[in-house]
Amino acid sequence: MKGRFGVFGGQYVPETLMPAVIELEAAFDEAWSDAAFRDELDRLLRTYVGRPTPLTDARRLAAAVGLRRVLLKREDLTHTGAHKINSALGQALLAKRMGKRRVIAETGAGQHGVATATACALLGIECVVYMGTLDMERQRPNVFRMRLLGAEVRAVDAGSRTLKDAVNEAIRDWVTNVRGTYYLLGSAIGMHPYPTIVRELQSVIGREARAQAVDLLGRLPDVVTACVGGGSNAIGTFAAFLDDRGVALRGVEAGGAGLETGRHAASITGGTVGVLHGTKTYVLQDDAGQIRETHSVSAGLDYPGVGPEHAALHDSGRVTYVARTDAEALEGFGLLCRTEGIIPALEPAHAIADLPFVAREHGHDVDVVVCLSGRGDKDLDTVMRSA
Amino acid sequence: MTLTTITGSERISRAFGRARAEGRMAIAIYLTVGFPDRATTPALLRAALDGGADLIELGVPFSDPMADGTTIQRAGEAALRGGVRLEDCVADGASLVSERDATVLLMGYLNPFLRFGPERLAAECVRSGIAGVIVPDLPAEESGELDTVLVPADVARIDLYAPTTPDERLARLLPAARGFVYCVSLTGVTGARAGLSDDVRPFVQRVRGHTTLPVAVGFGIGRPEHVRALRGIADGVIVGSAAIDAVAQGGERALRDLVRSLREAGAA
Ligand SMILES: Cc1ncc(COP(=O)(O)O)c(C=O)c1O
Repeated sequence: MKGRFGVFGGQYVPETLMPAVIELEAAFDEAWSDAAFRDELDRLLRTYVGRPTPLTDARRLAAAVGLRRVLLKREDLTHTGAHKINSALGQALLAKRMGKRRVIAETGAGQHGVATATACALLGIECVVYMGTLDMERQRPNVFRMRLLGAEVRAVDAGSRTLKDAVNEAIRDWVTNVRGTYYLLGSAIGMHPYPTIVRELQSVIGREARAQAVDLLGRLPDVVTACVGGGSNAIGTFAAFLDDRGVALRGVEAGGAGLETGRHAASITGGTVGVLHGTKTYVLQDDAGQIRETHSVSAGLDYPGVGPEHAALHDSGRVTYVARTDAEALEGFGLLCRTEGIIPALEPAHAIADLPFVAREHGHDVDVVVCLSGRGDKDLDTVMRSA
Repeated sequence: MTLTTITGSERISRAFGRARAEGRMAIAIYLTVGFPDRATTPALLRAALDGGADLIELGVPFSDPMADGTTIQRAGEAALRGGVRLEDCVADGASLVSERDATVLLMGYLNPFLRFGPERLAAECVRSGIAGVIVPDLPAEESGELDTVLVPADVARIDLYAPTTPDERLARLLPAARGFVYCVSLTGVTGARAGLSDDVRPFVQRVRGHTTLPVAVGFGIGRPEHVRALRGIADGVIVGSAAIDAVAQGGERALRDLVRSLREAGAA
């Protein structure tokens, strides 16, 4: 069925939005099969975003974690410093093609907000970004960046004051202004067709990484890993490897203070099936079906759901999902700084922190590709405070 | 007990039929169960009936109410702080039905209903005489999971339609509608508004072209002049945020007065 990944996915939205999501699906299908649209996006990815991003052979890191090779896919080197720009630019081009004059977005870490504000500045589109007040505090530089880029940042002071609540508010805006507004969703979550649109736009990561790894290694890597918040950098990385049955795929969720404490954001490893933000997937909820508050040191992973395709990949066993805690992520953060001279975002620091566990499970003689989804400038405050 | 001798759809059509026979619009009142607190809700529901409400929508609180404006969001947060669960909503509904023979519907987001279990939901509605269920984040395309158990139980799952719904969609979906048709008056979230949306008249006329069921208009309705303006256009109105605002300002008495004034406006 269209928009479904096994039993997951779907379009659980108010009727007011149904015509809009149907229109969006048709518009994306049409644009995606139009060579002129693809050429324009490729040109911008090359000349503006800085693609292809390098695959860095991280030798000192590999030695430190006990793996033969660790290859870092450097999304941190894109313009704006995270993979979010791949999807933001593609969707902003789509919005323009659909004749929408106004774009709205939600943001957690602020990376998607910055990417969206950037794409809208480039294309001359009005931009409004919703952000939880807790996230505005812990990612202050990104709030300033968005405003510099001409976006209006609207504070969301409801619920847990994080990404989940920003999504609620963005959906409310969309319900109200649906006729002229494009909702530029930032992860592979939400109602169909977003999980598919975002996967397609992010799959450039995996396509490049696969070719670069084969170039470097002369064969496919043994393991490919990425951090999973909503799951966009992970699905974009995994997509190219799904049919390579010999390649183990591994998604790393935010274990927060530890799964046993209940203070985490690990929707697959610590959640149950439910419906949130228009899609059926694994969510963190109580026994009455109320969505639980989440916790993670990284704002970008602090979300109580996950993209529906990941839910299906978990159930099928094709991808293994694990969780690493705040403390482990902070260690991973420091390790990458010291061994490679790369300051990562706290989100992919979870994937770095997981590498010793990869070695434990897969042995030392393996080659691993890690999606380094973003750089750490935005997190310096948080890291300084936790030191 | 005679509860099982009348189905949910029959209850709803009886409520609209009575109002029509009296030459007035039906008044449906939405209240969040557990606002301002759990203990007060039963008395508020009775006050709404005393003021002349024809249907009661029991708002089931949810942590992420994406179709609601601030009034219902805040009411839901208060209810959740008080620990209100779907079981409490069903219990309040059951006593309204048994004491007042009222027409009661549950209105809430899908996830708590799924967690409760669709089959258990259907069984509880039948057992307590709850006439129907309204789920704002469940468009027709996704309704199968609930419909497979609610339809055989004769519990009406009420569809919502919006001004953005095209004619082709109305023509395709309305033949399967049950109970009444819920027309969302505007493109937007719930919340009291000063004026009526320009969309509402042409929209309700479009809906009428595809159904003989009663048509009620909700979202943004809360003043007597709104009800007067909808006379001859719709069969009823649904009032939520304005009812909650009244409760917040003046409790039972203010709610009863509001309902009475709306009912009078619909009869003028
Ligand atoms: C650098 C970085 N990585 C990862 C994420 C998590 O998102 P996703 O799981 O959609 O890739 C974010 C979100 O803000 C981010 O900024």
